[in-house]
Amino acid sequence: MSALPPVVLPTENGPAARPTSLWTDTRRNILRQRVAQVGLLLLGMLLVVAIAAPLLATNDPNAPVGINEGLKANQRGPCIHLLGCAPDRPQHLFGIDRNGRDVYSRVIYGARVSLLVGIATVGFAIVLGSLLGSVAGYAGGWLDNLIMRLMDVLLAFPSLILAIAMVTVLGPGLVNAALAIGIVAIPVYARVMRASVLSIKEREFVVASRALGESSRGLLLRRILPNALTPLIVVGTLGIAGAILDVAALSFLGLGAQPPLAEWGSMIGQDRNQLFSDPHLIIVPGIALSLSVLGFNLLGDGLRDALDPRLNR
Amino acid sequence: MLRFVLRRVLLTIPVLLGIVFVVFALARLLPGDPCVAALQERATPAQCAVFNARYGLDQPIPAQFWIYLTDLSHGDLGNSISQSRPVAEILIERLPVTIELTLFALTLATLFGITLGVISASRRNSAVDVGTMVGANIGVSTPVFVLGLILIWIFAVLLKNTPFVLPPGGRLTAGVDVTPLAESWGLTGLQGPLRTVVDFVSNMYVVNSLITGQWGALGDAIRHLILPAVALATIPLSIIARITRSSLLDELGHDYIRTARAKGLGERGVILRHGLRNAILPVVTVIGLSLGGLLAGAVLTESIFGLSGIGKMISDGVFGRDYAVVQGLTLVTAVIYVTVNLVVDISYAFLDPRIRLQ
Repeated sequence: MSALPPVVLPTENGPAARPTSLWTDTRRNILRQRVAQVGLLLLGMLLVVAIAAPLLATNDPNAPVGINEGLKANQRGPCIHLLGCAPDRPQHLFGIDRNGRDVYSRVIYGARVSLLVGIATVGFAIVLGSLLGSVAGYAGGWLDNLIMRLMDVLLAFPSLILAIAMVTVLGPGLVNAALAIGIVAIPVYARVMRASVLSIKEREFVVASRALGESSRGLLLRRILPNALTPLIVVGTLGIAGAILDVAALSFLGLGAQPPLAEWGSMIGQDRNQLFSDPHLIIVPGIALSLSVLGFNLLGDGLRDALDPRLNR
Repeated sequence: MLRFVLRRVLLTIPVLLGIVFVVFALARLLPGDPCVAALQERATPAQCAVFNARYGLDQPIPAQFWIYLTDLSHGDLGNSISQSRPVAEILIERLPVTIELTLFALTLATLFGITLGVISASRRNSAVDVGTMVGANIGVSTPVFVLGLILIWIFAVLLKNTPFVLPPGGRLTAGVDVTPLAESWGLTGLQGPLRTVVDFVSNMYVVNSLITGQWGALGDAIRHLILPAVALATIPLSIIARITRSSLLDELGHDYIRTARAKGLGERGVILRHGLRNAILPVVTVIGLSLGGLLAGAVLTESIFGLSGIGKMISDGVFGRDYAVVQGLTLVTAVIYVTVNLVVDISYAFLDPRIRLQ
């Protein structure tokens, strides 16, 4: 008889024994992915710029500094002293726009608008969508049918076009544009939520809670919703990217943010005719817009991979 | 098979009714009196009474909806106030421009998207793969209007004096004309619906000049389409490339692929004939869904490149407070979108026998 090798049981306070929670796993998975890292980096920058806008901006985003400084129409381009711009000319990192405003400061302040609008729009859509979706999934029957057929109809429109039609009714403006984009996005979250609720509501722990006498509302709010959140987070993160794009598109068309508000889409829309003489007026806010959207897209992709247990190594 | 198609078609009807209802409801939600909105300064009480009676606005809402449905079934989308003529008439005039643009963009997106996706999947983690996926990520994140303007700047401004110069907008260079089909075929006397169809096709300059052999005009029309189509195609192209790659990678992990390789089939055959054929279904879905983005993107693209399609007409309608135009076009784009996705769904049955047998 050979001696069995000693079995080392994980002890309670040893590191091997500690069960890892979903969030710990997720955090670790996200940090392992280069894609998500780049996304987080971009969003971190966006957040810092948005919060510290007054510190980072060199000018009032709405003040026509260029006119006060006597700059002429052919002097709108970027002027950076370190890169050889004449020292007697006032420094404007990204130049000035048609109204003599400092583009750098406007782009900085624009981060606030896009970030806020993206998050608020998706937040609104998630709250209403998941409410409708969970009611539909949990109740089933005619209520489910009614809600989901309504969602199908909303999904049948190309979203931006329905949003344009809504803004025509609501009137142009940043809040109305965001509201329209938010309403149009509701069905996406309703569907995701309904699918999660349907898959969870028959699980043992939910059946057990029901057997223990928990009310329907308690079941939905305390047992089902927390477990159905994961896919919503992924879709929501990607949704913020889409919402920022769509609101910027409405603003570009003049239906969203109104001048003089520094919003990237409307900055591009306002100065689109300067493309031939002053391309920086389009390129700079355009890059800012793309990078922010890219950040949310990359983080969303990373989250999806991190939260999907099938992909865990 | 027939039952599957029939069921799918029948399921679309409530969605179409729903679309009509949403568009109808949006118009009723307009602030203010619809008569004042439509007639503006001409809205005297007497005129409004006539107007309300004509459009049934003096009747209860369900009756109004019925009237709207009846009008639609006659092809009546209302009247544009800015152009004082039926929306349907403007639509038929403008739709060919948008169809030409979106189809060109969709072709670019599908061809390049699938090709890039297949190359990426077959050379996983190579420089080509990483490059394509980074490009795809940037592609989905770049707004159509930013890309469109930057393309104009590059190809019409920076490359101005090189052979690569492309026009910044419009459909044809001044001086170049495409003879309408009715004229080239000697059908100028033709009237009625057939004439409408002929004019519709003849307004798609590429198609028109191609079938009548006006080669100079064809080249010019295509040169004008390249930039808007590329701007419009970039987002769907990126999405198609990504989905092709991931779907194909999924498929390439299966046992039958190993069998195909083991029996000595070349890598090209393994990937294209076995892998891609099975991986194509999700790609087809995405192609159908991307049409919604293309139609919405056309609003922006047409506005940037000065193309007078329905996208431009919607944005003009919004500013002209021409609600009948916005309403009619919203309805038409939604119906096009639903119909295309119905066709996509039905095409599954042809692509995948398992669905047919269900």
